[in-house]
Amino acid sequence: MRQGPLRCQMLQNPLRSPTACVTVGTTVPPQKESALAYALQQLINGISLGMIYGLIAVGYTMVYGIIGMINFAHGDIFMVGAFVALIAITLLTSSDLMGGPAAIILVLAISMVFTALYGWTVERVAYRPLRGSFRLAPLISAIGMSIVLQNFVQVSQGARVKPLEPQVQGGIELMRDGNFVVQLSYMQMLIIGSTLAVLAVFTWLVTQTALGRAMRACEQDRRMASLLGINTDRTISLAFVIGASLAAVAGTLYLLRYGIADFFMGFIVGVKAFTAAVLGGIGSLPGAVLGGLLIGLIETFWSAYFSVQYKDVAAFSILVLTLIFLPTGLLGRQEVEKV
Amino acid sequence: MTAPGKAGRLGAALLDAAKAMLVAFGLFVVMVGLRTDVSSSGALLLRTRWMDVALLCAAVFVLRLAMALWVRPRLPAAGSALLGTGLTRAGLLFGPALLAVALVLPFIPGIGRYELDLGILVLTYVMLGWGLNIVVGLAGLLDLGYVAFYAVGAYSYALLAQYFGLSFWICLPLAGILAAFWGVLLGFPVLRLRGDYLAIVTLAFGEIIRIVLLNWVSLTGGPNGISGIPRPTFFGLPFSMSGGPGTFAGFFGLEPSPSHRVIFLYYLILGLALLTNWVAIRIRRQPIGRAWEALREDEIACRALGINITNTKLTAFALGAMFAGFAGAFFATRQAFISPESFTFIESAIILAIVVLGGLGSQIGIAVAAIVMIGGFELFRDLDEYRMLVFGAAMVVIMVARPRGLVGSRAPSVLLGERRRIDASLVGEGRG
Repeated sequence: MRQGPLRCQMLQNPLRSPTACVTVGTTVPPQKESALAYALQQLINGISLGMIYGLIAVGYTMVYGIIGMINFAHGDIFMVGAFVALIAITLLTSSDLMGGPAAIILVLAISMVFTALYGWTVERVAYRPLRGSFRLAPLISAIGMSIVLQNFVQVSQGARVKPLEPQVQGGIELMRDGNFVVQLSYMQMLIIGSTLAVLAVFTWLVTQTALGRAMRACEQDRRMASLLGINTDRTISLAFVIGASLAAVAGTLYLLRYGIADFFMGFIVGVKAFTAAVLGGIGSLPGAVLGGLLIGLIETFWSAYFSVQYKDVAAFSILVLTLIFLPTGLLGRQEVEKV
Repeated sequence: MTAPGKAGRLGAALLDAAKAMLVAFGLFVVMVGLRTDVSSSGALLLRTRWMDVALLCAAVFVLRLAMALWVRPRLPAAGSALLGTGLTRAGLLFGPALLAVALVLPFIPGIGRYELDLGILVLTYVMLGWGLNIVVGLAGLLDLGYVAFYAVGAYSYALLAQYFGLSFWICLPLAGILAAFWGVLLGFPVLRLRGDYLAIVTLAFGEIIRIVLLNWVSLTGGPNGISGIPRPTFFGLPFSMSGGPGTFAGFFGLEPSPSHRVIFLYYLILGLALLTNWVAIRIRRQPIGRAWEALREDEIACRALGINITNTKLTAFALGAMFAGFAGAFFATRQAFISPESFTFIESAIILAIVVLGGLGSQIGIAVAAIVMIGGFELFRDLDEYRMLVFGAAMVVIMVARPRGLVGSRAPSVLLGERRRIDASLVGEGRG
């Protein structure tokens, strides 16, 4: 009995961290003459990875802003989004409908709808009954929910890593330096483009609509908002739905970009996205995107110039250092503790 | 809402159950109904399982209806509190009985090697649960990286034994001290953080330690781990099958048997676990223990009363880490092999679940939770995939139904005068 009977399911996963197989340029050692080109390529890679983190981080920061809890299961919602997209792509491929931008948009839409339902259910089942309960209860419940989601996907879809053939190929050559080519792939353009589009819609939703106003009111003072006739439960539910949809977009893009999905992928990505939310200032929506970009860039440059093995350590260290030295984050507000 | 008639109630319940079924259909139709499989050529294949979806939806409908019609009306508002006191009272009698069984377990006929090994495993988790209880249950600091200290203990012993040839009995206290030192080291910067931030930072620390263990190949052997860790001796007498005068069997004039070592390990972990329990119970009554309980209930009030928050949190962290270090050293010597794989986040989650399900702050509850959970894991080994699912669901259900755990104890350990119910509105932590 080497590991004892409690050896968990997750360990059978050969890819401990899916981002280990990062990008085109990372494995190439920087040559002197193409150092600039190499850095430029890393910048592109980092931004596209950071966009994905930013999308997930928005979900964390929104929920934290409104109900003041860390939605520990949010990383797994991202994973569910990737799986729904995987199934949708497989379904479309088997009926010869895959290919072209319309199909990608359809996949994104399917993933958003079904993942949003998961986000809604998680809030309804695991968090709503715990409003006003003691501080640790929702967090522990969230950890339980995270385990449930992971193992539910493992049971229903199997423990094996699912490979997906590249759906979006090719790219534009931006710069050539010696034999090093800086490429902006169509996939990266898709990531950046759809993230910007989704974030634009999201910003409009938060700043211009009645729902957004209700959400901001709940964030400022939930009790006062409910006294003023805002249905706070509904607003919170919608925040979860929106957060889950954004995570679904992130999951779909991540799946298309890296071509793999497994039930444990949400853990590390989730912690990194949370780091992004904290770095940007938890509760601040632009901060989440900014934090995501920074984390993506730091991680990519760290892997490119230092070591791939310790890239997760880099992300975690940023989390710890931010919380110690800059607890309000880059764009966050000072939090006043009230009795 | 006025009291609806029976028919109205049935109608409402049916409607509610139908809605729940609709949601369930949405949840399961993609994730369960369509299964992706990797074919031998590497392409993805789809398999449909509409029958499973239908069954799941029907199950949700029936459960929801049953909840609305039968379970909820029969659940009196004070029922959970009543259940709680009942469980706490039962725990008072149950504890000594459990201890008695634990003490004589190796000599009960029919208890073989397998049962003893399971007993050792359960006791390891009982000890870890009791150690974490100091941090989470008493001081109210949610530590999601507890397994890191367990790893520190295990690697301390393994490395000290490997590089310096130190024996288990010297390494055991050293492992505890080193783990406590790490507890202080990690605890110090994060003390200012609020509860949930603390949780995430401890999780990050736990992962950092695991990744370092995994990648520092020259020291720790990386993913291959460390093997050939020396087995413990009976105060210098090795458990050897030769039966010579210098061995355990030879010294006591016994027939050499492999079960001696297992029995010894069993009593060793039992002793360590009881030590943890004893220290926890004793220290609760000390000023520091009372400060922990006050801290758990309301940090701001605590500070206002002049309690040194830094010291209070650090001692809880260090003490909890120390017991994890002891358990880690024991784990290393029992397995004779350790690798970073044994110290993943899920281990932390399991230990936390034991504490939470058993009841934050309750010693006996944690012991029962460890027995039920680790025993249950063992019992349902064949249902490998489902047991973690059930385990996660149990965590959610217990939190929703009884946020303080099954045998949650929140009553102060030391009282001024008589025992009184503390109104929930008086403390920062709210109800539960």
